[in-house]
Amino acid sequence: MTATGTGMYTPKPGAAPLPRMIAAQAALETKMLLRNGEQLLLTVVIPTLLLVLFSTVDIVDTGAGEAVDFLTPGILALAVMSTAFTGQAIATGFERRYGVLKRLASSPLPRWGLMTAKTLSVLVTEVLQVVLLTVIAFALGWSPQGNPFAVLLLLVLGTAAFSGLGLLMAGTLKAEATLAAANLVFLLLLVGGGVIVPLDKFPSAAQDLLDLLPISALSGGLRDVLQQGAGMPWADLGILGVWAVVGLAAAGRFFRWE
Amino acid sequence: MRSDPVVQVQALVKRYGAKTAVDGLDLVAREGVTAVLGPNGAGKTTTVETCEGYRKPDSGTVRVLGLDPVGQSRDLRPRIGVMLQSGGVYSGSRADEMLRHVAKLHAHPLDVDALIERLGLGSCGRTTYRRLSGGQQQRLALAMAVVGRPELVFLDEPTAGLDPQARRATWDLIRDLRTDGVSVILTTHYMDEAEQLADDVAIIDAGRVIAQGSPEELCRGGAENTLRFSGRPGLDVGSLLKALPADCSAAELTPGSYRVVGKIDPQLLATVTSWCAQHGVMPEKISVERHTLEDVFLELTGKELRS
Repeated sequence: MTATGTGMYTPKPGAAPLPRMIAAQAALETKMLLRNGEQLLLTVVIPTLLLVLFSTVDIVDTGAGEAVDFLTPGILALAVMSTAFTGQAIATGFERRYGVLKRLASSPLPRWGLMTAKTLSVLVTEVLQVVLLTVIAFALGWSPQGNPFAVLLLLVLGTAAFSGLGLLMAGTLKAEATLAAANLVFLLLLVGGGVIVPLDKFPSAAQDLLDLLPISALSGGLRDVLQQGAGMPWADLGILGVWAVVGLAAAGRFFRWE
Repeated sequence: MRSDPVVQVQALVKRYGAKTAVDGLDLVAREGVTAVLGPNGAGKTTTVETCEGYRKPDSGTVRVLGLDPVGQSRDLRPRIGVMLQSGGVYSGSRADEMLRHVAKLHAHPLDVDALIERLGLGSCGRTTYRRLSGGQQQRLALAMAVVGRPELVFLDEPTAGLDPQARRATWDLIRDLRTDGVSVILTTHYMDEAEQLADDVAIIDAGRVIAQGSPEELCRGGAENTLRFSGRPGLDVGSLLKALPADCSAAELTPGSYRVVGKIDPQLLATVTSWCAQHGVMPEKISVERHTLEDVFLELTGKELRS
């Protein structure tokens, strides 16, 4: 039974090639996310339910045109927020709490490699979400307009902005506080970020402020392109860009690994 | 064999706010198994975590396998294996999944199935980490530390809370690591563990190394030993004491049960038995107790409770 003297443990150290490490890390992170019931509720069930419910039942006045054309861009923005911000913040917060980040920090995988893997995992999840929500939206009669490249740019910048904010929260607050705050922010931004409730329902003073939120910029920008067929929504891209730079810089500066 | 040190710490100082956790600590660990002992709060974990690259020294130098754990961490990390005191695993991952993942981060990992079998982790099956028993979690953390075939592993209290079987399995693995040329830095609260496994023991208290040597050296050096015997009650202990060397003490602990404390050597034993012969006493149950590492530890670090 014991392997004394077999040379089984004779040292032969070495790091795996970097791309292989990052791919393995991204695969594991994605698997953990897809296995977690609460995360699936947040990233898949809630956006799907909201899309179907509000498209088929006339609860909110979404203005002229088909409800699904108004709602789909908002729900896509919500999907990005649920994965890049809420999901990533909660998962990373608990990884920090349970020493996963600490343990990985002494593995051959460099920190930036871990962060790259996290980003890849977020992007893979978002692709799955967008495919699912797009299929459902088409089934509900969605007719999108506009430039797909502008849509892609909005989604990528939105992901960067929400990732920065999510990691900032996960790297500075206690895991329980991150859990509570990330869910609360998700809920508030769901209501006040133009996801399903048009921003012009709010008083105009509040509207000016709400317009500056990353979720409003993302949902508004997507709606301008997909519903109205607008070109590049520069103002919204600009707002997302500022949030991305500020959020990622702050996360880089204040993130604590333990 | 005993060539360059695997760990060399010189004048290490580490403070957390106003509290000095490590206070000018010097430590040299060579190939083999080095046990780091110390009361809670003595600075063991801080010292080890500085060697692992988790903390930056406030002053002093640390070299692990000749490298600076902070500045040359990229080169060092593939060569060491780390077992944290707890955690370090995704709560939703399965034991084999996490172990396979850590293996993938290394160029020449161990055979994961063999390691799982060796540490009895096969029974974990599809259970996720948070539902594993404490012993299973510990063994998984140990497996993660060795799977990359490192030259040096750091084990922070590897058998805390394990049942005797799991503890034996862990000891056997540590012995095999040593046989195969892997060096081990082990922190532990179990003195028998250090006695059983370590080539070298360093005792840390208040942020400094206060004693270092092989378990035999530490038990022999300075520490006093005990001789016990039984005889009829009420012997003249004062007369016995006069026959003994000056630094010895003697006492009747309970009626008929005697204890001599001092440097117990063959000469002293002869002195005690000849004193008994002169006084017509038949010393029964005569025994010499070598001091254990635990006695040495308590002698050096005191008996009061720590935080």
